[in-house]
Amino acid sequence: MIATMVSDFAGIRKRAADLFEARGFPTTRDEEWRFTSVVPIAKAQFPAAAPKVSGHSLRAALERDPQLIEEHLGRYASCEDNPFVALNTANFEDGVFLHVPANTVIEEPLWIDFTAVPDRTTHPRNLIVVDAGSQVRIVERYTGRGPYFTNAVTEIVVGENAIVEHVKLEEESADAFHVATIQVQQSRNSVFKSHNISLGGLLVRNDVNAVLSTGSEGTLNGLYLANGRQHIDNHTALDHAAPHAASHELYKGILNGASSVVFNGKIFVRKDAQKTDAKQTNKNLVLSENATINTKPELQILADDVRCTHGATIGQLDEEALFYLRARAIGKAEARDLLIYAFARDVIDRITIPATREYLEKALFESLSRSREIAEAVS
Amino acid sequence: MGERSLSKSPILEIRNLHAKAGEKEILKGINLTVFPGEVHAIMGPNGSGKSTLAQVLAGRDLYSVTKGEVLYEGQNLLGLQPEERAQQGIFLAFQYPVEIPGVSNLYFLKAALNAIRKRKGEPELDAMDFLSLVRQKMALMEMDETLLNRAVNAGFSGGEKKRNEIFQMAVLEPRLALMDETDSGLDIDALKIVSHGVNALRSPDRAIVVITHYQRLLNYIVPDYVHVLAEGRIVKSGDKSLALELEESGYVGIEELAETAQ
Repeated sequence: MIATMVSDFAGIRKRAADLFEARGFPTTRDEEWRFTSVVPIAKAQFPAAAPKVSGHSLRAALERDPQLIEEHLGRYASCEDNPFVALNTANFEDGVFLHVPANTVIEEPLWIDFTAVPDRTTHPRNLIVVDAGSQVRIVERYTGRGPYFTNAVTEIVVGENAIVEHVKLEEESADAFHVATIQVQQSRNSVFKSHNISLGGLLVRNDVNAVLSTGSEGTLNGLYLANGRQHIDNHTALDHAAPHAASHELYKGILNGASSVVFNGKIFVRKDAQKTDAKQTNKNLVLSENATINTKPELQILADDVRCTHGATIGQLDEEALFYLRARAIGKAEARDLLIYAFARDVIDRITIPATREYLEKALFESLSRSREIAEAVS
Repeated sequence: MGERSLSKSPILEIRNLHAKAGEKEILKGINLTVFPGEVHAIMGPNGSGKSTLAQVLAGRDLYSVTKGEVLYEGQNLLGLQPEERAQQGIFLAFQYPVEIPGVSNLYFLKAALNAIRKRKGEPELDAMDFLSLVRQKMALMEMDETLLNRAVNAGFSGGEKKRNEIFQMAVLEPRLALMDETDSGLDIDALKIVSHGVNALRSPDRAIVVITHYQRLLNYIVPDYVHVLAEGRIVKSGDKSLALELEESGYVGIEELAETAQ
């Protein structure tokens, strides 16, 4: 039995390798990659390295309990839909595996650090399986130094009536390439919350996809700060596959310098998914004339008794608010920072882990003052 | 009319002030002198330039001054940034207070107060002292303390916003307070509270300029001087009885005055 499973998984890996071999890296002719060229990643050809995993090793678990893992691993993230998932599936060496048995509440949030190896490609592969009635909070953080390529895939299985909160902190180096997929499978009446925070990296692409079951609730929050020549692309997909599910999505971004940003939010409402309640919002604060943004909602609604709303805004700092703060003795630079900070805080405040919130507030503040220093140095 | 003490020097001197928004000239030669301890009311019809005057004094860059000068405590005011004016004691109670989601009232007010204290060379207030000061002023304005932790003006009713302005004024204790139509949109109860707050701030050392469209406010905040602004100029000045006169005759006659002044 185990042998079959192993060969099954070997089969998945083989198919993923074949798929990538045949299709290669996506190009801007692919609709999903229209605004994001991955030519620099393809050209860099960093040799592979195994990710450094300090605990909860997937590889170790695969040797210990292959059956549980193979029941889930590679079953959700689609190699067909995303060549980078295929690349990861074919090549990954390790990552984090977390299994929360039924009716277990894990109070202490799990913090996972991935520190990249310079001039190398790593394919972190994570699997989080939360059984029925359980509760857990996870933070995934990506950092590194120098140039490198991180290509991560995280699959999350949220059992019936389970509650999972997931924070992804992308704080890669200024020269890094970072591509990541978070694929979530939600069971009946489950609650899943994603906070997808992008602060670093030169070329960043995130795909966050959730499939919702009856009565489940999916929240996708995102925050991106793009400076200099950074390119940050967030693609999200909420698949309302069953009735009575609710999804809330809020992505906010701050663009400075000559950065470019992409937001694409898909919402599918299947034929049977009556009483769906979906809300999507994307707000962008553009601080520089040289920054560009492409934002696009994509709603595909096949059921008739649903409520779906979406909205995207692109704006500058509110001059009225700026004057109001200055008329209350607060200096111009501080007033600007305060408004930018408040804009971003809206997303950070939704994270329920106090330590992560505090960490991010600090990271955000540092990032803002850094960008101000850069702007002052240039002007 | 209050006695002007010759030993005092004016807080504010506006001399032949002209200002425009874009290509449109709005202020066409304003002259006004305000001494410490005085309350001046500036009245006038819509579009006469009342709010523009307030905004120009606070440093709004939507308007450009084309002629004339403004002295604040004897110094040229027009060269200063808005925050410098505020740090030196000028306070504008906004006609339309701005909502700032994500910035708490408490943080905002503390940043404002400490910026002013810093300019004066005073140490920053610590959290306890600040809170007790704020509580005292909130009681004066009959404000709910939960407002402190809410974002600045976000989701406040019109009356709450105006009360919040005067509350800020009470905390920041300006030398020159400019109130831009603080009374518009207030019901009589809120009007009394706001007036009470303003009257509590009256002092021999401080001047208040009340801009209003309606005489009603001046029953509660009794001015020493009333000026009528029309088409960008002060066309008539007098004591508080002028406000009552206007209440009876309206601004019709005033506009004729402005015509003849042209």
